[in-house]
Amino acid sequence: MSTTLTTHHRLAGAGRPTVKQSLFRRALKSKRTVLGAVLSGFVLALAFVGPYIAPHSPTDDFVAAPFSPAGIGGPFGTDNLGRDVLSRFLAGGQTLMILSLVATALGVGLGALVGVLAAYRRGWLDEALMRTGDVALAFPQIVLALLFLSIMGPQLWLLVLMVGLGHLPRVARVVRGAALSVVERDFIKAAESVGIPRWRIMIGEIVPNISSTLAVEFGLRLTYSIGLVAGLSFLGLGMQPPAADWGLMINENRIAMTVSPWSVALPVIAIAVLTVGTNLVTDGLAKASIGSDQGITA
Amino acid sequence: MSTGTSTTTPALVVDNLKITGIPSMAAIIEELFLEVLPGEILGVVGESGSGKTTLGLALLNYCKAGTRVSGGSVSVAGQELAGLHWRAVRELRGQTVAYIPQSPASALNPALRIGTQLKECLPGTSGEALLRVREVLREVALPDDDAFLARFPHQLSGGQQQRVAIAMAFTTRPALIVMDEPTTGLDVSTQEHVLATVRSMCKTYDCAAVYISHDMAVVAELADRIAVMYSGRIVEIGSTAQVLANPSHPYTGRLLLAVPDLDAKRPMIGIPGHAPSPLARPQGCAFAPRCLLADDFCRACSPGSTDVGPRHTVRCFKADLPFPAVPSRAVTAHTTRPVEEKPVIHIGGLKAGYGTNTVLEGISLDVYPGDCVALLGESGSGKTTLSRCIAGLHHDFSGSLSLDGEPLAASSFKRSKEQRRRVQYIFQNPYESLNPRRTVEELILQPVTAVRGNVRNSREIVATALERASLRPDHAGRYPDQLSGGERQRVAIARALATEPGVLICDEITSALDVSVQSSLVDLLRTLQAEMGLTLLFITHNIALVRNIAQQVAVLERGRIVEFGQVEDVFANPQHNYTRSLIQATPNFQLPVRLHRPGVQGASVPAEGPR
Repeated sequence: MSTTLTTHHRLAGAGRPTVKQSLFRRALKSKRTVLGAVLSGFVLALAFVGPYIAPHSPTDDFVAAPFSPAGIGGPFGTDNLGRDVLSRFLAGGQTLMILSLVATALGVGLGALVGVLAAYRRGWLDEALMRTGDVALAFPQIVLALLFLSIMGPQLWLLVLMVGLGHLPRVARVVRGAALSVVERDFIKAAESVGIPRWRIMIGEIVPNISSTLAVEFGLRLTYSIGLVAGLSFLGLGMQPPAADWGLMINENRIAMTVSPWSVALPVIAIAVLTVGTNLVTDGLAKASIGSDQGITA
Repeated sequence: MSTGTSTTTPALVVDNLKITGIPSMAAIIEELFLEVLPGEILGVVGESGSGKTTLGLALLNYCKAGTRVSGGSVSVAGQELAGLHWRAVRELRGQTVAYIPQSPASALNPALRIGTQLKECLPGTSGEALLRVREVLREVALPDDDAFLARFPHQLSGGQQQRVAIAMAFTTRPALIVMDEPTTGLDVSTQEHVLATVRSMCKTYDCAAVYISHDMAVVAELADRIAVMYSGRIVEIGSTAQVLANPSHPYTGRLLLAVPDLDAKRPMIGIPGHAPSPLARPQGCAFAPRCLLADDFCRACSPGSTDVGPRHTVRCFKADLPFPAVPSRAVTAHTTRPVEEKPVIHIGGLKAGYGTNTVLEGISLDVYPGDCVALLGESGSGKTTLSRCIAGLHHDFSGSLSLDGEPLAASSFKRSKEQRRRVQYIFQNPYESLNPRRTVEELILQPVTAVRGNVRNSREIVATALERASLRPDHAGRYPDQLSGGERQRVAIARALATEPGVLICDEITSALDVSVQSSLVDLLRTLQAEMGLTLLFITHNIALVRNIAQQVAVLERGRIVEFGQVEDVFANPQHNYTRSLIQATPNFQLPVRLHRPGVQGASVPAEGPR
């Protein structure tokens, strides 16, 4: 199909932006990606700007009786201790975001490393890494996190570590698959023939060619991280009272959901909107990345 | 055998076909007229991007994603294809029009037995179908017993697979067969069998065939008529004898000149530049920018069809003019080397394999500085494995291997920087060998920094390398997917040259590219060999190329060197049966007299270069 091939690349023509740049640009052409970006951008902005615009201190100001309905003490009422729901909501997203992002970066980073290493070196190393991963995959992500967090006590670094490590085998598996087709290509051999160190081949030659897989994987894992971190906080293994945190807010206030619904509804809606948003963006990226990794010529 | 009587109904009529891309609306195929009579084989030749595959698929009423037929008509055996119901189209394909794709390995379903696949498109009871299947298998010279029918595609050789594909196409006695480069992936001897099969099958069934190929030599041997495509139009069409004896379009002439000559009596000459993209077709004649005859009129108006003989038409304003002289480099005579000179590369008793499977055995070869040694062999002969052993990419070998008298480690990682610098490897497929995420500049600097560390004069190195590979300085900032196949391969050459190597290993570097590009690359390598004193190891399956570039040739058969010597000696007097059969199987393509005039050798025209 040499004809198609060259026609295609000539059509692609000179002056086209590089593949790497155009992944996001191409993704943004679809409406769902834009919608997703708007949704998650809104929640992100709320979480990061929120603490500075909160009318009250989220932890120290007791503005009205506990579980006051909307309008009393604040536009959304008060929580179980009589603190302003709006202020706690505005202040409670930041940590969740940071923890999720760090955990995702950790999981995708380490997972990519393991995946690329396994794909590139093959042999016993591949087997060892992937079979270990299989064992880890046998446990649901949250069970392992619960286990270690309850043994060692709720600490944020451990929470991040457990969520991140939970992603590792899942990411590694996907990345290995994507990297396998790249390591077979001749430019890898070309780099080997001039003696470029293997770690530089992995970082400089393989990773850029699986960047869209990584982008998609990051989005997907971020969605899971948000759910996991919020879930662990809800279970009392994340942020500790009196800190403001969305997961914690849901737990603290759920007994009075009928009296003061906003104290539960606000964090729930925010988390839902955020995960739907990141999912839409990921979806858009995945669609836009079709063919862009092996792509270009195929 | 094209009797061309008007009483016969043509098996295929293409009338003013136009195919456009969506959404660009750029014409991929335009003003295309064709007529093929039953039993006639039409060869369609052209460079990549000329639209020949698009045409072939249109004959099956199929459009690739992003294209559509926007005008004209195609009719097969009197049946108009446009506007057919999908059910009728399904009926048509396989029954009236059959298709043989380039790669039989991907065309056959690996999960189905040969017998099952062949019976699939046959009507009637299983018993009847089976009889027919056996009959067709006998006709393509394959076994017809149950054991063969029970085999899976992967249990057959490439040539057998392609013959199964041919058998499959002929089972339903179609009126038209479309073949898209069916022998491109095959060895010369297999190719010869397949071509003979195609020819006899078309004759037996009185079936019209459209044979798409970029290989002029193959088409010249097989086809009754030749259509030359350029930039979506047929620029010349006529009987094979007419087109070869009297090529009237300058492009046809240049295509013929680009075919390597088996006897190496004339140099092969590439066509500078490349075919325009459908989005950027020039006004007027599409070939004008590359044409030596073109004047302002050619650049302004698009030429219509003119008859230059019976059923021989051409689209050119200058069809009646003699061809201009085409500059060509004289074949440099190889100087004999002094006897005491030491070999650059010494291979002694090399044995290599993959696991328990031995691919190479008892390979001994000395390559002297400044020589070009061709490793000639068919697929599976181990030629690539040997070249990879030398490059340090294949580690599983025993025996001695040394560079300048120093032993070479099996793995490139264990070799000294100097050794890695001295030996550079160029890969077969430039679409695979360049990292698509790096600019040309980064690609060229990569080996340099690997063997020399960070260099200060990097710009200079890149500029020199680009110039040596006949690339423009502004190519440095481009990404590989912004380059044509030929340009990519030049980048790969520039990358190899950037380290100032002594030995260049070229692994089938022209086989993924068009003939026109192939000859300019060979030209380039020869110049480099002379100017830089490079030692070349040229791996190929193409005998004609060997004659045009190498001084010495080693013929490999099943992992052994069966013949080694000076190219002229080996070809004039081949000692080994295998070499003889290779030479015999290669279509010997002779230039028409019209292009052979002594004037052709003159050089009064601007020098060639990829502009």
